[in-house]
Amino acid sequence: MDWQFFLEVLIGGLLAGVMYSLVALGFVLIYKASGVFNFAQGGMVFFAALTFVSLVERGVNFWLAMVITLAVMVVLGVLIERIVLRPLVNQPQITLFMATIGLTFLIEGLAQGIWDAQVHGLDLGIPDVPVKVGAINISQFDLFASATAGILVLALAVFFQKTRIGRALRAVADDHQAAMSVGIPLNHIWAIVWAVAGFVGLVAGLLWGSRTGVQFALTFTALKALPVLILGGFTSVPGAIVGGLIIGASEKLAEVYIGSSIGLNIGTGIENWFPYMLALLFLLIRPEGLFGEKRIERV
Amino acid sequence: MIYREAGQFKDGYAADEQIFPIRQDRYGIVFILVLAFVGVPLIANDYWFSAILIPFLILSLAALGLNILTGYTGQLSLGTAGFMAVGAFAAFNFMLRVPGMPLLAAFILAGLTAAAVGVVFGLPSLRIKGFYLAVATLAAQFFIEWVLVKFPWFSNYNPSGVISAQPMEILGYAFDTPARKYMLTLCIVAVLALAAKNMARCETGRVWMAVRDMDIAAEVIGIPILKTKLLAFAVSSFYCGVAGALWAFAYLGAVEPAAFDLGRSFQILFMIILGGVGTVLGSFLGAAFIVLLPIFLNVFAHILLPGVSSSLLSNLELIVFGSFIIFFLIVEPHGLARLWQIGKEKLRLWPFPH
Repeated sequence: MDWQFFLEVLIGGLLAGVMYSLVALGFVLIYKASGVFNFAQGGMVFFAALTFVSLVERGVNFWLAMVITLAVMVVLGVLIERIVLRPLVNQPQITLFMATIGLTFLIEGLAQGIWDAQVHGLDLGIPDVPVKVGAINISQFDLFASATAGILVLALAVFFQKTRIGRALRAVADDHQAAMSVGIPLNHIWAIVWAVAGFVGLVAGLLWGSRTGVQFALTFTALKALPVLILGGFTSVPGAIVGGLIIGASEKLAEVYIGSSIGLNIGTGIENWFPYMLALLFLLIRPEGLFGEKRIERV
Repeated sequence: MIYREAGQFKDGYAADEQIFPIRQDRYGIVFILVLAFVGVPLIANDYWFSAILIPFLILSLAALGLNILTGYTGQLSLGTAGFMAVGAFAAFNFMLRVPGMPLLAAFILAGLTAAAVGVVFGLPSLRIKGFYLAVATLAAQFFIEWVLVKFPWFSNYNPSGVISAQPMEILGYAFDTPARKYMLTLCIVAVLALAAKNMARCETGRVWMAVRDMDIAAEVIGIPILKTKLLAFAVSSFYCGVAGALWAFAYLGAVEPAAFDLGRSFQILFMIILGGVGTVLGSFLGAAFIVLLPIFLNVFAHILLPGVSSSLLSNLELIVFGSFIIFFLIVEPHGLARLWQIGKEKLRLWPFPH
């Protein structure tokens, strides 16, 4: 076995996994705070990236475009809370889940209706060239992406631990009724969570968009994030990160090693289902994911 | 007044246990069956048969299958289309590789193959619940799609992975025109719907519902969870498998694995949510709604906004479709079947409110 090659694949996979984590983070935030499994996260990633890139293409300054897009995502989050979630309070989770699938269609239609359905290139100014670290080649862009993800997670951690709103968010995540009874406005909190998820979606959209081009396929990032989610646990921010790393690394390793060792050319295209199978096997051992809350069931 | 059961006495166990204990329901169902078997073939044209009625019936069947699993047993599944694909490809291969295979036997074997696959992917449901299970069933969806594309044996080495369904023939009678295909589909769907209705109201269905409402409590009162959940997966996948076989044989004729993608799974999930979770009627209402909605949208858009570009139109369709679903979930979360229920209650009193 060629260790250098193995390490290269492993690190490449880990860094790719960070990109999955970024999308998964958006899911976790919303699920934690409101118990909604927000399938529209992929749509939000797409919407954010498309809005940003269209603004930049129309000659808006990079940072100004960032601020405008962020504002749009916050408005979107507030609107979703107002129009979709509030009337659906106390409905079973599956109903809320279906509503977010409806929302996915709505957001995708809106994004393409307002802007267009073309593939846009997005250049963040970071060259996607390999850097040599020792004897191993690592993509500079991947490094940048994981640094961004790291900063984002740190910022979120500080936000959750130190700020007043963050504490309120955690209280809501812990127990809706108890949070309401000490005077935390549930509706505001939900709007904030959706806005934060929109922001995370924007970051994910920019990184994914500059990697693959801003196009409709960005919505499928949600499908990449789902196995990460169930592996890490729906309710855990560290779970999303660790899950992403595991999925990313094992996916790349499986593609390279399983694919090439069986001569049948079987390895190609397994990235669609391999993460799911891996997560499934994991779940058989820990049904609530790596860091998910342990369910205690009583009759 | 119209829908009143007063004066309908039951004079035996048989009368008490019939599927539709109220006379108006019986007349209603006979009317619908007569309409479907006699009325529709007399008035419908080929376009109606092949573009609306046949897909409606097949998707109803698939929705029925998902409803058994999700509505009655409470196991959320996003892999419906995968099981449909298994059915379609199994039927094709049985017809291809077994000489003299009767069509209906091939359909049944296709259903059984799908059921076997369903049981395998249902095994994790014993440990995994809720959304974790839903995501896990996505594994089935993607894995099945990949296998069918990857191994050309399944599509008989067709370079583009398309299977062309063999001509349908039962005892020398060819089902080749849309009207005949419609009749065949209708017969199969009617039989399976009757079976589902009966399963739902006998012990099988009650055990399913007990597991849905709370599986630990069900286990405590002595319901074997393993058997119950796997049976639900098997029956559900059987229905989906037959639906998939019909999709290939009666509707499309030539079909590729991509016809059974995740979008199809979601479409069927929408049907049972909008139609009504845990009702047989809901599967049909939901399927009708989802099949007809895009057609209406298309027609209306062309009337209201003539000359609009097709790309904008398809985006508008997405927007309207998404809003419709959200609107529906907010207004009537229990689906169309519930509306019908409310309607019946109203009809019972109407026109005298007391």
